[in-house]
Amino acid sequence: MSHGQHYSERFCHQRLPEKPVGMESQHKHLLELLRRTAVHGESNSVLIVGPRGSGKTMLLNCVLRELLEVKDVNKNVLPVHLNGLLQTDDRIALKEITRQLNLENVVGDKVFGSFAENLAFLLEALKKGDRSSSRPVLFILDEFDLFAHHKNQTLLYNLLDVSQSAQAPVAVIGLTCRLDVLELLEKRVKSRFSHRQIHLLSSLSFIQYLDNVRSQLSLPQDFPDTKFYDEWNDSIKVRHFSSYPQLVDVLQRHYNSSKDFRSLHLLLMLALSRVSASKPAIKPTDLLEASRVCMVDSKANILHGLSILELCLIIAMKHLNDIYEGEPFNFQMVHNEFKKFLQRKSHSIHNFDKPVVMKAFEHLQQLELIKSMDSSTAKIQKEYQLMKLLLDHSQIMEALQKYPQCPTDVKQWAMSAFG
Amino acid sequence: MVRYFTRLRVRRIYKWGGRPYIFDRKLKSYGFEYLNMSVEGQEAVTTVTPGQYILIEGNDDEYPFVAKLLKFFGDESHKQKKALVQWFLRLSEVPQNKKLLLGRSPHPQEIFYYLGRACDNEINAESILGTVHVQHVPEDTPFPEPGTKDTLYVKLSWDTKAFNVLDPVLMQDTPASTPPKPALPLFPPCASPTATPVSRGPVRRALPTPDPTVMRRAGSVSDTRATMSAGKRSTLEAESIHSASKLSASKILSAKRRGSAADTPGVRKKLQLSIGASPGKKMTRADVLCELLDEEMESEKVISLKLSSSVSHSLQHGCSLSPMRSVCKTPNGQRRFPWKLSSISLDRLSPTALGEQDFSSDLLLAVIPLALEDEVFEAGLPTDAGSANTPKKRQATPRRNYVRGQKATTPSRRKESAMAIREPALGVLAEEDSEDSPMQPIALTPRSKRKSAQLVSLRIRKQLNLLDNTQELISDGDDDCFVPSKKDLQSSSDEEKTVSEEETRGRNCKTSVRTPHKTPSKKALQSSTDEEKSEEETVVRKTRGRNGKTSARTPCKTPSKKVTPSTPRHATPSIPSRTVPARQPGNILDEARARLHVSSVPESLPCREQEFQDIYNFVESKVMDGTGGCMYISGVPGTGKTATIHEVIRCLQHASDMDEIPTFRFIEINGMKMTDPHQAYVQILQKLTDQKVTADHAAALLEKRFSNPAPKKETTVLLVDELDLLWTRKQNVMYNLFDWPTRRHARLVVLTIANTMDLPERIMINRVASRLGLTRMSFQPYSFKQLQQIITSRLNKVKAFEEDALQLVSRKVAALSGDARRCLDICRRATEICEHSASHPSSTGLVRMSHVMEALDEMFSSSYITAIGCASLQEQLFLRAVIAEFRRLGLEEATFQQVFVQHRALSRVEGLQPISVSEGLAVCQRLGACRLLLLEASRLDMLQRVRLNVSQDDVLYALKAVRD
Repeated sequence: MSHGQHYSERFCHQRLPEKPVGMESQHKHLLELLRRTAVHGESNSVLIVGPRGSGKTMLLNCVLRELLEVKDVNKNVLPVHLNGLLQTDDRIALKEITRQLNLENVVGDKVFGSFAENLAFLLEALKKGDRSSSRPVLFILDEFDLFAHHKNQTLLYNLLDVSQSAQAPVAVIGLTCRLDVLELLEKRVKSRFSHRQIHLLSSLSFIQYLDNVRSQLSLPQDFPDTKFYDEWNDSIKVRHFSSYPQLVDVLQRHYNSSKDFRSLHLLLMLALSRVSASKPAIKPTDLLEASRVCMVDSKANILHGLSILELCLIIAMKHLNDIYEGEPFNFQMVHNEFKKFLQRKSHSIHNFDKPVVMKAFEHLQQLELIKSMDSSTAKIQKEYQLMKLLLDHSQIMEALQKYPQCPTDVKQWAMSAFG
Repeated sequence: MVRYFTRLRVRRIYKWGGRPYIFDRKLKSYGFEYLNMSVEGQEAVTTVTPGQYILIEGNDDEYPFVAKLLKFFGDESHKQKKALVQWFLRLSEVPQNKKLLLGRSPHPQEIFYYLGRACDNEINAESILGTVHVQHVPEDTPFPEPGTKDTLYVKLSWDTKAFNVLDPVLMQDTPASTPPKPALPLFPPCASPTATPVSRGPVRRALPTPDPTVMRRAGSVSDTRATMSAGKRSTLEAESIHSASKLSASKILSAKRRGSAADTPGVRKKLQLSIGASPGKKMTRADVLCELLDEEMESEKVISLKLSSSVSHSLQHGCSLSPMRSVCKTPNGQRRFPWKLSSISLDRLSPTALGEQDFSSDLLLAVIPLALEDEVFEAGLPTDAGSANTPKKRQATPRRNYVRGQKATTPSRRKESAMAIREPALGVLAEEDSEDSPMQPIALTPRSKRKSAQLVSLRIRKQLNLLDNTQELISDGDDDCFVPSKKDLQSSSDEEKTVSEEETRGRNCKTSVRTPHKTPSKKALQSSTDEEKSEEETVVRKTRGRNGKTSARTPCKTPSKKVTPSTPRHATPSIPSRTVPARQPGNILDEARARLHVSSVPESLPCREQEFQDIYNFVESKVMDGTGGCMYISGVPGTGKTATIHEVIRCLQHASDMDEIPTFRFIEINGMKMTDPHQAYVQILQKLTDQKVTADHAAALLEKRFSNPAPKKETTVLLVDELDLLWTRKQNVMYNLFDWPTRRHARLVVLTIANTMDLPERIMINRVASRLGLTRMSFQPYSFKQLQQIITSRLNKVKAFEEDALQLVSRKVAALSGDARRCLDICRRATEICEHSASHPSSTGLVRMSHVMEALDEMFSSSYITAIGCASLQEQLFLRAVIAEFRRLGLEEATFQQVFVQHRALSRVEGLQPISVSEGLAVCQRLGACRLLLLEASRLDMLQRVRLNVSQDDVLYALKAVRD
């Protein structure tokens, strides 16, 4: 396995780390909980709450991996994975549960019966089981908050009700990034939930963050090519980092922006993709470049690709925004503003026909740089539809600076206080 | 020989005296001035007039019930003789646990004025044994020296709760009560066959507590305590049952007498009528019959043989009653011959049937069909006494002949059986058995047999009319003549037969125990007109027949359903079983945790005694009455609503297993456990009959089921959990659920559960709310003491918690929600925390305050502040920018664009590199995903509005904590 494969697995395929970092207590709590369900048949319910990219799924998968390594447990647990984004209503979710449990009304991949029958069937199945003899079922509900939006919360009620009654042992594990998820639950659903919440809120310091970056970049010990392993790991030693204050600045900036691992993985992936056979080591410049790509403002980039006419319209809109303090404008106003500019200041730009300007205006709308304020577009003539600019002044100015061969009069017009 | 037997048994003849006056025009009841009682074969006549104190036969022959006679009345036809009484209690009738309230040793002859209302004050006049002298003794004077044994003293009154000084006014209107005449011996107070089962007139209905079933139960179980399942009943309840038993005792006695043929009051009535028509008749019926027999024996044989062939089936039943009857009730060693005329007349009709010596115990079967047909017939045909014809009359006689031949064996046998069963309770049991046992054969009886039974009953009827006409033949003594023959039947049957044997037999067919017996007798008397009666009885008969069939079939039906799942539709729902059994809890904390799990079913439900009692009483009374009703139960989640009802049902199931109440069916549906309100029909039907149909069809089937005379006799108890989810626009589901119980034959008890107290008012339209009725109950959230008690009772001496820790949990939960589930979950979590920290050598292994505190923190503390604390720098900055912008605008809402301007300014102040708009939006989205911010849809981009989901103070507090 080349190091490229190794890293792509680590950063893109979310391979599980050996040990989850910075969440030992949560790991222990969850493992204990699931172990009790698996071994003692104790029903439980738990929510894992944490911001996006904080490692909820990773933690759960680590725990499950560890749990399934136990011999007794391995054959005795039925994990059911559901995702709120995939199972968008209870009907689909029920079919999916039945399919994954492989109950008797499943033939091949098909689940027989209507919604009501499926529900009755599943509930009956769970009811028949008991604590000591039936296999524990682990219901893993990713995007738990979305399940709370299902009609009547039927699925959640039933799963949690099973977990609170003497039926087949189940563990309901919800993963969500919403801190207020409990407020979504109906009171009778809420009452049945055990109110165990595992919060994954990383309080990583910057030093730990740097360590983390290093450990993420280093190759594992069992890497076959030892020579390359030594060279590689040496190249990312501390002194390399500290000798490049720019690098530390970039990482600091990332750290300030977000502490989560997913954005870090993205950054490192971009940096690593610059490594090639001819350039076998990762350089600080690679990271800087990757960081620049990460931090880039997408809207400003779009501005760079606009025509002069479109840019002029944007500037006209900017002035209208200034004059009317963010009130919406229509094409006619923008066109007037543009004409004023042409009459008074323009030397380089010729007059455009109104349809051409209109076309440019529509192009801007398609790029979603401007947005119509009225919902019913059909009634009003295009020229008089109220629009709003979705750009910040700074973005416009920045784009003008970088715009290749921007006429000076246009620049000056943009800079001037009022039209 | 006949003489001998009739001598031994005391027959009392009751006759109205004086001129009847209309007492109640509506009910067509007549009052009477006095009642003449005479012992058959003796001249002496005792006259009982209202105002006198009387003795009424009860379970205890040594101490009959005492009451003061208030009024005599009867119905139009003078068939029923009833009396209104004021009860007096003996101390032995006061519940055991209340006896101490007396505070002194009672006088042996002391009785108490009964002030409770639980006792039906209407009795059957024919249960009167005689008069007694009652003397009122003022409170402070001592009891007189032991005078005559027949004088009773009353000093105090008893109102089911306490003994009070008796107001002398109550006793004032005592006319000179005559001491009991020696001519009318109290003992042995043999049950007179004429003493009809107490007919409960409409008046009874107005009385609240002692419904017939209560009576029956009370009577059937001598110790009232035994009827209380799990000892949960309050003493009040016990009291009411107790007092009910008093009233019922006399009824039960007569019930015993009538045995399986109990439902043929009509036959009896005819005879009474005839008695009334022949006053002063000295000759007993027996004598007459015997004479007749001798004369006509020869000529009758041919006819009777013919007859018997068609009748034999039912006749067997009639005859077979005897063993059980005889076992029935003989506390003082005296025999009681509770004979029913109906059966006797049957006997008379069937010489051949009786001639068969080998009537053994296995023939002790259904009498009820016969009895019923009998009654139906009786009701259907108004007295056509005129049509007397001789051949029919003669049919009766041959048997007499036979009977005589058999009598020699009886006396010894009789004693034997009398010795065998002393205990009244056992006797009652046997009595029940005899009622029960018929049910099995019914199940098997095809229609044709019933027809034959009908034929028989027709003949019987004619026979009876004939008897009425030929007055010499009729007197009550007649019955006695037949008794020995039955005795013989028994003796010819297996001698080894014991009560327990009968008991088991009764158990076998206990599914259909009381109801058949109860319904007709009650209903029949409700309506005074014959037409109505017959109509109702036919209905009942149908029910009974069909029911017998179903009950016979059920056991085999259920398993067959579960075999052979050929298609996936019939797949068995089950979770695969595990290869290694679940591990049992190891240490004390594990044990505690298992006990504290919400799912573990506790031995008892503490803190809901009152609610339990109320629901129990409600359901029990409905089940026993065979009526229907609704109850609405509300309460916030986790207050034990469903658990309490399950407990109630468990107790009731237990009670019905113990034969204390009729069997019933419990069905549970949950609004949350169905996909659509209309699925409720499907689920109910499936649970009732195991058939799967569509919702519409199910609704139609259920409608039919509940509006027609039910094929099932048993009551259905339906628990509807999460009622509010059964709401539909037209509310037809709820309407039906509440409408069915009001149907006459539905026998449906609906218990509904929802969270809000005012649900009926809020979501139900009037006609639905009205049907739900006003039987409501609300479960209050648990108080901290109750929560503590719940945990303690669950832990059940598993010492895992410190007392203070428990109190903290319960106080905290009680203050917040009063949700028992929450409380248990916290305790469970605390045990886990304790286990984790148990590695410290200092820990005692008990869950301490600190552990509980930690668990509480985990569950109750808001995570927002921690989340803000752990957010990245830019996120924190953005939050500050949001607050800054809010302050600037004076609004709690701003667009991202506005906030972003603030954000950039702030980052400049902080000396941070300003971020791009894209990054800023990403930060904003992250905060929105956590719901620290509330955002509009992201397609609005920079124009999306931002609001805080946390209070500004919290944000500032959290941010300040971070900086420090």
